[in-house]
Amino acid sequence: MILLDRVTKTYNRKSTALDRVSLHVEPKEFVIVVGQSGAGKTTLLRLLTREEKPTSGKIVVGGIDYDKLSDRDIPLLRRKIGVVFQDFKLLPNRTVFENVAFALEIVGMSGREIQHTVPRVLDIVNLRGKEKSMPSELSGGERQRVAIARAVVRQPKILIADEPTGNLDPKHAWDVIRVLEKINRFGTTVLLTTHNQEIVNKLKRRVVTLQGGKITSDRANASYKI
Amino acid sequence: MRVIRTGLINFLRNLSLAMAAIAIMTVTLTIVLFLVITNATFSNTIAQINSKINISVYLNDSVTNQQVSSLEQQLRQLPNVKSVSYVSKDEALAEYKAENSTNTQLLEAIDETGNPLPASIVIEPINIGKIQDIRNFLNKPANVALQDSELGDNYAGDRKQAIDKIAKTTNLLREAGIISVVIFALISSLIIFNTLRMAIFNRRDEITIMRLLGATSWYIRGPFVVESVSYGIIAGLVSILFIRGVFSTASSTLQATSFGLLDIGYANTFFTKHFWLLLTLQLLAGILLGAVSSVIATRRFLKFKS
Repeated sequence: MILLDRVTKTYNRKSTALDRVSLHVEPKEFVIVVGQSGAGKTTLLRLLTREEKPTSGKIVVGGIDYDKLSDRDIPLLRRKIGVVFQDFKLLPNRTVFENVAFALEIVGMSGREIQHTVPRVLDIVNLRGKEKSMPSELSGGERQRVAIARAVVRQPKILIADEPTGNLDPKHAWDVIRVLEKINRFGTTVLLTTHNQEIVNKLKRRVVTLQGGKITSDRANASYKI
Repeated sequence: MRVIRTGLINFLRNLSLAMAAIAIMTVTLTIVLFLVITNATFSNTIAQINSKINISVYLNDSVTNQQVSSLEQQLRQLPNVKSVSYVSKDEALAEYKAENSTNTQLLEAIDETGNPLPASIVIEPINIGKIQDIRNFLNKPANVALQDSELGDNYAGDRKQAIDKIAKTTNLLREAGIISVVIFALISSLIIFNTLRMAIFNRRDEITIMRLLGATSWYIRGPFVVESVSYGIIAGLVSILFIRGVFSTASSTLQATSFGLLDIGYANTFFTKHFWLLLTLQLLAGILLGAVSSVIATRRFLKFKS
């Protein structure tokens, strides 16, 4: 589902964000990427969403070879990948419902289909009844679940979550993780970055450790270790 | 639909900024429209004067009908001749009598002397600026012999200067008009750019999110384009109403003061006659100005990072 082959990303001559990183993620896998700040986690995800291009190396996601991707195709690629950010990136002047519906409007879904689809996704993230709330009226955990609902409403094959629990207290962090696990059970490949040791240890999933732009360990059922 | 709706909503939200853009666009379009009409008026005036100008060749009483028709034939073959007509002695007298029908003494005097008026050939040139070739032809010795030695020919020379002056003014006005249109179009484009840049700056987070969610460039750009196109439509309507107001008052007041040969009334007639065409063109110009400015203004913000 995700394939990185000796991917290197340098911003200038001095700093190398990623150094010949190779990674293979199977469909329906749940992979946690851990590493300290500056280890290259965010760069890795930004390469996958094509916010940045690798300096060298090959990236293939869901059968799409990024080398053959033109600027025009980038929106189409992003529609196939769900992304959740640490800072939620919700539209502040739109309701919960509208924020989720937004992702569907962009792909040109009809109003009736949107009315039908959005409540079902809000069910999955346990936000039924909050449709008309504004993001500012929600807790951090709730906001992040809105963002997840928005990311999965188009049923992407891959969900990328960049430190989704970074701004949350432990209880809300677990709410978010549970939702991610639920989505993974439905068959979506999940790529999660975090530096929350407790979450990594309890989840018992495949853990990829990044250090200084290199993968230093990649083990199944692993615990947090840097 | 969504794109259009979003664009219109944004337009209402940015009303104060929008006013600036609309105002400057209105000025631009008004100038364009004004120049179009002025130009049409000047052209009309010149055409009117041109049609009144002709060359009369007064002929000897001894010239035969054959000589007249041969001269007419030759004149018709000259490139700058629109029409040639013959006025016989009798026709000239009848005309003269009609013009002076109130002056009985003069009429009596003429009747007594017989017909003193010569026959003539009236030549209407295509371009009054280039009558030299006609003149050259008439000055050939063979042709001079046919002409009345005292009267010769008449070039309406006193008018030629005035005509040249008007033609020169028209050209100057046209050039000045084109330059000012270009300048105002540039200024209004810049102001539209700025307005849109502010609008984009206000909504940059939203645009980032839209891009990350996979919105196409046109989906993001669409509302901005709709927004500035609606500026263009409003500006087009305002300017045409403004001009309408100006001409309906000006044609009555200015007509009295009179700009010499200029027919101000024609401007109003022209405007009324072509109102729908002008309105359409004006709206198209506004739409084009808005669309082009917004597409260029948003392009920079929509480039994907490489």
